[in-house]
Amino acid sequence: MNDELVFHFDIDGEDFTTAGQASVQIKKNLRQLGLSSEIIRRVSIAMYEGEINMVVHAHGGEADVKVSEDWVEIILKDSGPGIEDIDKAMMEGFSTANDEVRSLGFGAGMGLPNMKRYTDEMEIDSVVGQGTTVRMKVKFNQ
Amino acid sequence: MKIKDMQKLLDAKVVCCEENIERQVYSACGCDLMSDVLAYVKDQAVLLTGLVNPQVIRTAEMMDMICIVFVRSKTPSDEIIQMAKEHGIVIMCTEKRLYEACGILYSNGLIGSATKAQS
Repeated sequence: MNDELVFHFDIDGEDFTTAGQASVQIKKNLRQLGLSSEIIRRVSIAMYEGEINMVVHAHGGEADVKVSEDWVEIILKDSGPGIEDIDKAMMEGFSTANDEVRSLGFGAGMGLPNMKRYTDEMEIDSVVGQGTTVRMKVKFNQ
Repeated sequence: MKIKDMQKLLDAKVVCCEENIERQVYSACGCDLMSDVLAYVKDQAVLLTGLVNPQVIRTAEMMDMICIVFVRSKTPSDEIIQMAKEHGIVIMCTEKRLYEACGILYSNGLIGSATKAQS
């Protein structure tokens, strides 16, 4: 890619109330690049759910958003506990979140399914005890 | 329906961004579960909710919503109001419960989202 643009974010895992700040920022950045509102919405929602997951389950992590000619790629990396059963985690309604997270409107087992729903490709690499990396792509011509 | 019409129907108080109450809205969503709000893609301009925390504003911002109605007399914090102001999102508070508030708006022509969850 000649003109690949990369936005990097450190996701603070200490405070749930600040979760989502990187997604708000990426939305601004993508708007400045003049991408369509649908693409921007899909990228930012997928990233937002991912960000919430990283804060809730993994004490934060790192996010890279790469914009190339044909797609936007979102890479979310954490050093959290990992996902034991990815197929199960992908099911709507399955959640290991605690009551506090639920009381804030999340943790209903919709995060990963929503991320898949809004992206054209999604891969999860996870090792229990080491961490999780999620790669998602939103393509421009789908 | 305009936001100011909603305000009258719900007997609601506008907390911020009053300059935007002339804006038109065509559909709404009533929900306390933010991930469910995020699961529906089309232009729901209004979110009615009993949940009061900063993630409500972020969710609305992600979905390009322009108005949030807090039901059951819930009062947002200054932090929440400030976040809404940054995005020009109108916040209103009503004493009505979620079910009743949604019912009033629906029966006055403000429909729910006609689109299914994107699959």
